[in-house]
Formats: sequence, C-alpha cells, structure tokens
Amino acid sequence: MRGAAKVGVKQSPPMGEQEASTGGGLDGSTRAANAERLVAALRRGDEDAFRKLVEEHGPFLMRLALMHVPSRAIAEEVVQDTWLAVLNGIDRFEGRSSLRTWIASILLNNARTRGQRERRVLPFSFLRRRAEEGRDEPVVSPDRFQSVHDSYPGHWARPPAEWDSPEERLSTEEARRVLLAAIAKLPIRQREVIALRDISGWSAAETRNALGLSETNQRVLLHRARSKVRAALEPHFEADELTR
Amino acid sequence: MNEVETPKMSCKELVDVITEYLEDTLPTEDRGRFERHVAGCDGCQAYLDQMRETIRALGHLPPESLSAEAERTLLEAFRGWREAARWAE
Repeated sequence: MRGAAKVGVKQSPPMGEQEASTGGGLDGSTRAANAERLVAALRRGDEDAFRKLVEEHGPFLMRLALMHVPSRAIAEEVVQDTWLAVLNGIDRFEGRSSLRTWIASILLNNARTRGQRERRVLPFSFLRRRAEEGRDEPVVSPDRFQSVHDSYPGHWARPPAEWDSPEERLSTEEARRVLLAAIAKLPIRQREVIALRDISGWSAAETRNALGLSETNQRVLLHRARSKVRAALEPHFEADELTR
Repeated sequence: MNEVETPKMSCKELVDVITEYLEDTLPTEDRGRFERHVAGCDGCQAYLDQMRETIRALGHLPPESLSAEAERTLLEAFRGWREAARWAE
C-alpha cells in the first residue's frame, strides 16, 4: 500500500518481539490507546500526529543519542535518522511492543553504529573507557569500610554524612554538570540503563525490552550506574560544607 | 533464636543490595535484615537517603530536544516521505 515503506529501511527493530508482552504491562492502557491512535494517524500521513510523536518522544531519544555520540550535531542526525526509519517502518509496527520501546530500539541501533564509527577517531579517554566496560570494581571504595583487623569489619570506617538540603542543592547548574559528567564516565550499557530508568522514568520491564537485557542484567547495570553517580555527587556536598 | 539463622547485615552488604531493595526484588528475609540495619545505622540511613536523592535529581534533569533547525529539517523530511507515499499509491 505504501511504497515509501519499502525504501530506505536499513534495519528492522533489533529486539526480539518475544519479550514485548511484558513491556506494556506498566504503561497504562491510556498510553497504549493514545499510541495506537497516533500510529493510525501517522499511517494516513497526518502531520500533527507526527509532531505530537516528536514532541512526546523527542526528549528521551535525544538523551539516549547523546549517550553514544560525542556531539550534539551528530546526536541530532541520529535522532532524525531514527524518525525516518520510524516513518518507513510504521506499516510494519504491530504493537506487540510499546511504541516507545520500538522507537528506542531503532534509535539504539543507529546510535550504537554511529557511536562506534565516531569512536575510531576519538581520543584515548574513549578507548580507555571501553576497556573498562567489563571491569567489576566495587561500587563503594573498600577503604570506606572497616577491615577484618578493625572492631566492626564490613561496617563504615568513613560513613557518608547526611546531605544538607539536597533537593535545593541538586537542582543547581553546578550539580547538573556534576551529574552529567558522572554519567558520561559510565560504561555505555550503564549509561543506557540509567538514561531510560532514572532520567526518562521508564519501568524496568520497558527498559529491559528496549535494551534487550535480562532482568538481572538490567538491575546490575542500574545498580552500578546509580552507585557511581551518587559517589560523584558526594564530594560536591563535602566541598560545599567546607566553603560555607 | 532467629539471630543465628539470619546474620545481621553489614554496611558493606547493604550498599551492594540497595538497588534490589529499592526495586523491591530483595527476598523477604533480606528485606527484613536491610530494614533492621538501616533503623540502627546513621551511615546507611544517610546512604539510602542519598541514593533516593540521586535518583530524584536524575529525574529532574532538564529535557533534551532537537534544535529548532533540526526539527524544521525533520518536518520537511516528513512531508517528503508523505509525498513519496502518495505517489506510490
């Protein structure tokens, strides 16, 4: 029916549809119904429907793209390519996964490929980071805890200090810079998980489906990511104490 | 008597299972050990609060978006796609 659907689609959604059944579980039927309506309108070529989709899903797509590529300009290209693939593939979207899970998997396919290509010409920090991907260092430095020679092994040697008015202090420009810098240092899989779960507020099930992760894997990656971001914020508060 | 079967959780163990606690995937017994520990440990209470604050702060990062120019280009591409589709019908 639609000729354009046949051209220019380099990839179909990479994630197996079989995990999709649980993906919509926490979505709420309203969102699913909305998505269904938008998809139908989009197939008819409705520009407003397209604008609505871009408005709704643009932010997380841009966020995810930025996790993979070194510049905004490239991230924008990745997002644009993703939307074109969505348009060209919309006739094949069967609603077995949630719409945003499907869109996310297309973006990730694009962004990972693009990210790898860009990284070939990037500085050592990127290479080093890639080498660190698999390393399983403890999420809290071991010297924060008492050793077997101390009176309470496994208990805090240097306990974390309570953060003073965290809500206020974490919404400053400086705190945001610290947050984003901490995320940028994470291995890529951890970055993807924390972007979907904590920055975009997705459920564990949807995140798992979009990224093709097992339940345990998703949780471990999230755990490492969150723990490291918390650790990065800690000095921010301590330094603050000193200067106040 | 139960103490023998369920050893107390250490701070070190607590920071390792904190995400399972927050995700509500910790087995009931460990959940109890976790909560008993936190109730009596200021350091771990602070750590738990900090994790929650970290998650909250991540959820409040300003949204990202395409630049106005990129969005215009995208809408043009959309119209091109629609035209191509109509021609093909």
